[in-house]
Amino acid sequence: MPTLTINGKPTRLDVADDMPLLWALRDVAGLTGTKFGCGISLCGACTVHMGGVAVRSCVTPVSAAVGKPIVTIEAIEQDPVGRRVQAAWRQIDVVQCGYCQSGQIMSATALLQANPQPGDPEIDAAMAGNICRCGTYGRVRAAIRIAAAGEKVA
Amino acid sequence: MHIDQETTGRGASQGDDVAGFAGMDAVAMPASLARRRFLEAGTALGGGLLIGVYLPATAEEKSRTEKPAEAAVGKAATSISNAAPGLAYNAFIRIDRAGVVTLIMHKVEMGQGTFTSMPMLLAEELEVNLATVRLEQAPADNNLYSDPILGGQVTGGSTSVRGAWEPLRQAGAKARTLLITAAAKQWQVEPGTCVARNGSVTHAPSGRTLGYGALVDAAAAMPMPKDVVLKPAAAFNLIGKPVGRLDSVDKTNGRARFGIDVRLPNMLIATVAASPVTGGTLQSVDASRAMAVRGVRKILRLDGAVAVVGDHMWAARQGLLALSPIWADGAQADLTTAAIVSDMASAAASKAGVIARNDGNAAQLIAGAPRMHEAVYEMPFLAHATMEPMNCTVDLRADGCDLWVGTQVPTIAQGIAAKLTGLPIEKIAVHNFYIGGGFGRRLEVDYVMQAVQFAKQIKGPVKFIWSREEDIQHDMYRPYYYDRIAAALDERGMPTAWSHKITGSSIMARFAPAAMKNGIDPDAVEGARDMPYDIPNVKVEYLRHEPPIPTAFWRGVGATHNIFVVESFIDELAASAKFDPLAYRTALLDKAPRMRTVLQLAAQKAGWGRPLKPVAGRRVGRGVSTQFAFGSYMAQVAEVSVGADGDVRVQRVVCAVDCGQVINPDTVVAQIESGVNFGLTAALWNEITLEHGRVQQNNFSDYRMMRINEAPQIEVHVVKSSDKPGGIGEPGTSAVAPALTNAIYAATGQRIRKLPVGAQLKTKTKTAKA
Repeated sequence: MPTLTINGKPTRLDVADDMPLLWALRDVAGLTGTKFGCGISLCGACTVHMGGVAVRSCVTPVSAAVGKPIVTIEAIEQDPVGRRVQAAWRQIDVVQCGYCQSGQIMSATALLQANPQPGDPEIDAAMAGNICRCGTYGRVRAAIRIAAAGEKVA
Repeated sequence: MHIDQETTGRGASQGDDVAGFAGMDAVAMPASLARRRFLEAGTALGGGLLIGVYLPATAEEKSRTEKPAEAAVGKAATSISNAAPGLAYNAFIRIDRAGVVTLIMHKVEMGQGTFTSMPMLLAEELEVNLATVRLEQAPADNNLYSDPILGGQVTGGSTSVRGAWEPLRQAGAKARTLLITAAAKQWQVEPGTCVARNGSVTHAPSGRTLGYGALVDAAAAMPMPKDVVLKPAAAFNLIGKPVGRLDSVDKTNGRARFGIDVRLPNMLIATVAASPVTGGTLQSVDASRAMAVRGVRKILRLDGAVAVVGDHMWAARQGLLALSPIWADGAQADLTTAAIVSDMASAAASKAGVIARNDGNAAQLIAGAPRMHEAVYEMPFLAHATMEPMNCTVDLRADGCDLWVGTQVPTIAQGIAAKLTGLPIEKIAVHNFYIGGGFGRRLEVDYVMQAVQFAKQIKGPVKFIWSREEDIQHDMYRPYYYDRIAAALDERGMPTAWSHKITGSSIMARFAPAAMKNGIDPDAVEGARDMPYDIPNVKVEYLRHEPPIPTAFWRGVGATHNIFVVESFIDELAASAKFDPLAYRTALLDKAPRMRTVLQLAAQKAGWGRPLKPVAGRRVGRGVSTQFAFGSYMAQVAEVSVGADGDVRVQRVVCAVDCGQVINPDTVVAQIESGVNFGLTAALWNEITLEHGRVQQNNFSDYRMMRINEAPQIEVHVVKSSDKPGGIGEPGTSAVAPALTNAIYAATGQRIRKLPVGAQLKTKTKTAKA
């Protein structure tokens, strides 16, 4: 029965060790902001932060998350970079259907946490794992630049 | 702004709903529901203003029955749902005594921005601040919420703004008129001396002001005004001005709820497998192995599908794996795409279709022409691949049934559930959600039907979720089309006769049979029958040919197929005449001034005629397309580069659009960006193929999606217009494929007559080398 730290809270989950974090978050912890898209790490809709790194929760067993703090979209506003990313997303209305956007925001936040001033090729490389079927890519790029500019100002 | 979709505590959270919570009595009432009941109580006491506006088809809309592609959809809905007639009370606007304004959304939000544009139409005339309104999804009800173009409560066909443009402003204006009248009566002044603004009525001469909340009791007792005057465009405060999406906040903090996110007390989760071959049946399963998986609760069987129910999706998935269902493939065990296409090709060559248009004498002129040009175009089966896989949650009880599902057709979902359960229609509650991608997929209710059938075998709420593999392999596909097209040319190479024969599945014949006129599927010929070029002899023929797999609408519908064929072929004619493709088109568009305008604007912004910037080691080219579809005029110029090994990169797409009066300018831009990327994804890479009766594609590994590093720069230029609004959700998709392939032709000299582009250029390169 693994105990995980999810969004700052120690959470005891009555699940098997090999259960992917995605389902533990959505179906057991009730955090449905993290989405199921493909189940095999191809689309990025399930992206969360584990120990400060963006991971695909659909292929990450809960056992791998023990001792590593998990942050999901529900708590990303508590992070200053996450907050800037959300603000940039809202400023230029990146979202359309919105289903992939939790994952997009988690990937973008992880990128800017690691690299506050990414160039376009770095943005593309960091975000290429996140599919958006509504094709919001131009705005994803623009929003990341806005959030990065906010970093510079601050 | 608050979208009424919220939740209470974890574990007992609740989706968006207005239709009732039967079966939820034991659960703590969510805040939204508590408020709603309060409003209803207020209603009963006459304490809230209820503005009901029915959406009848206006004469103008009725004239669109020339385009019954759209018109008949709702008839199907109506006949299935046969909903109890209801009064149009609180159909679109509710105002309570505290002045809280709730706008009822009769459309679903699937990314197209309708949860911002519909409120804008209402708020423009109602004179309320958009930042303070609440939005609530409408219940399933064709009597209250039918789209005047589609004739049913359907979100699709890029119709929302077109259909709601007049009626929603009328609804807002009627409510405002009532509130002003109530205030004027109270103050004993002339209504004409009062103005409504920002949720209050003010009598300017005396400076008296009352908020809407203080006026609702009096206003609700007054007769509904019959005729109201709508604002002229010059007086718009909202329409045409940029308004931020009202769903942006909830879609960036994880709070937005999609159907797949519903959580109910005692809810179990299931995942399903249908027979991999259409028409196959379940033979056997390893139930004991599946039941041995931790958390698995039950196995549910249908003739052609099986579900494993568990405490959570992981149990269900592991259980399904362990279940190892064995199928009897049935009659279609050997079906292949090649066989379907060869059948279509021989039908196209040997069988006559129905005539959709016949001006002059095209067939004879082409047959006897000294100079002619002809081609065959093919378009593949396509999956929708919405990011949110198909899912539906069902709680079926002896006395009623609740569905929690993201659907473009709530009344069809309701009707089919009533039919399957034998329950009266009013006992079926459909709780709709934000939709994680529609693109036409959620116009279908196959996944709802399946879930309801499974639910008959189990008590309590169950959420049925398809895997991505199930979603791709059991989609209802955009039809394969096989088009023969030919033209007779004069000595300059200009067309004197044009003949286009379309062979393919009819979605309309299944979805909305009433729309079929003399065997013509108006959707299948859209963009072909009304092709814009001024040619004296034109014949358009449709041959219905049904494949043995299900077909359905896909973003851009008929236009996506026909615009590709028409705009590619006109490009071929220009090339054969050694004309500039832009000049050739323009010469044939004398009678289409709005189309000429967008064409010229796109060309000018794209720098048509100026050399493209070279890309090292790659051939570059520019291609153009133009169209009239969904009530909007559009032209696109695509710039591509092609590598030595035939890989295609789309560098830039420039789009010009005239969609009439714009509601929210940024939504127009966003929808075109989206449509372009959606269309490019399919045109470059996507096709569904069958071998041994099975769909060969599984997941995003073999059904490729565009990624950020492959997305082109997109520029959108909007022509200012005060014409009535056109649709904008789909034109971007239908225009882009020919712009792309015409650019490939410009770069390589190779004409793409069959989509997707895929490896065709690579094959050619290899062949050339060999």
